[in-house]
Amino acid sequence: MEEIVDAIGLLCPLPLIRAQEFAKSTKPGTTFIVHATDPGVFRDFPAWCRMHGHTLVDIVEHKAEQIIEVTIELGN
Amino acid sequence: MTDTRKPSAIALISGGLDSMLAAKVILDQGVHVEGVNFYTGFCVEGHTHAVRAKNKNKQKRNNALWVAEQLGIKLHIVDVIEEYKDVVLNPSHGYGKNLNPCLDCKIFMVNKALELSGFDTDSFDFVVTGEVIGQRPKSQKNETMPIIAQESGAHDRLLRPLCAKNLPETLPERAGWVNRELLHGFYGRNRKPQMELAARYGFTDYSQPAGGCCFLTDERYSSKLKDLWQFRGEKNYELDDILLLKIGRHIRPNARFKLIMAREEGENRFLRGYRKNFTYIEIDSHEGPLTLVEGNPSTSDLTLATRLVGRYSQGKNADEVSVTIHHRNGVSEQISASPIAPHEIPDNWHIGL
Repeated sequence: MEEIVDAIGLLCPLPLIRAQEFAKSTKPGTTFIVHATDPGVFRDFPAWCRMHGHTLVDIVEHKAEQIIEVTIELGN
Repeated sequence: MTDTRKPSAIALISGGLDSMLAAKVILDQGVHVEGVNFYTGFCVEGHTHAVRAKNKNKQKRNNALWVAEQLGIKLHIVDVIEEYKDVVLNPSHGYGKNLNPCLDCKIFMVNKALELSGFDTDSFDFVVTGEVIGQRPKSQKNETMPIIAQESGAHDRLLRPLCAKNLPETLPERAGWVNRELLHGFYGRNRKPQMELAARYGFTDYSQPAGGCCFLTDERYSSKLKDLWQFRGEKNYELDDILLLKIGRHIRPNARFKLIMAREEGENRFLRGYRKNFTYIEIDSHEGPLTLVEGNPSTSDLTLATRLVGRYSQGKNADEVSVTIHHRNGVSEQISASPIAPHEIPDNWHIGL
């Protein structure tokens, strides 16, 4: 079961900051999920993953729940 | 630093052109550069673009991240909201034209970058900023450059590649990590040298926000923050306070209360997220703004608030509008009143107009 970083209601760049804080204390290879509501995550997370060597597994908007779910696998 | 390791620098990246160029100048000298961007809560980046519906079709980007990608460097975005309060509330060098503590801010950020260089897994040999002497009236002056270097603790480990030739040699230059001849001697408010350098690097798309990247340089924003401090009776803030100052119309009819009124659908949606924290007003009879009520309004104040909401609704020309006032204690009440006429609203009720 992946750990979830709750960034619901936070405006960018705070979802990214929360993910970054989680990543710092987590082993490479770990997969985790960020729950967010700011659509800015669609641009921020791919860029952040590319530059830090993480894998953006999935980024999907659940319209009914109004949640954007970002799944990331941490690189080395 | 050992002789075999590539020299490394941490560059303050705001997302604007100057910090982008400064980092690029150092990267091109073979130095390993990583960027750092500090999130204070007052950053122009992000929020207002995200909130307002009129910007919905405009793709929103975080300029600092975008700059780092263009440069091919890592960017660390660091939350300094809590620590930064002391800079805003008690700036030892005072404020600029508005509530911008630019000199203290720069000292703080260089110091934080140094801290990062000490505690991160990577270690950095020096700090890079995009400062240019004479560029900013408060922090980027001949006399303030050494103050920043000294009070931040960076001393000669602080390199400003865009104006380095106008400043004494720094450690990276003396140590041969960077070649002083390849640095620049920009001076003053003229942006032409930066634009020419950008063109030389092939940078055609970059952000140049007027007044910089901080809301505290904005006169209207600063007025709202002063009002917040004055009527709360204390000089302090939480993140939500300073985010809300960026949103909506702020109307203060008297010392007891202030209205925060959405101006469009995006702001309506954003303010809805604060309904639990405030008394709020929803208009029932017409289309209109969601309005948060801050303070302790009397009964007659709430009637006045209803009239103001009516004024900024589709019912502004109606004889009467009706609203529901949702009190923080969970009680709701319905009120009807005539929309207030424009001439009955003194200019000084609008904070930061």
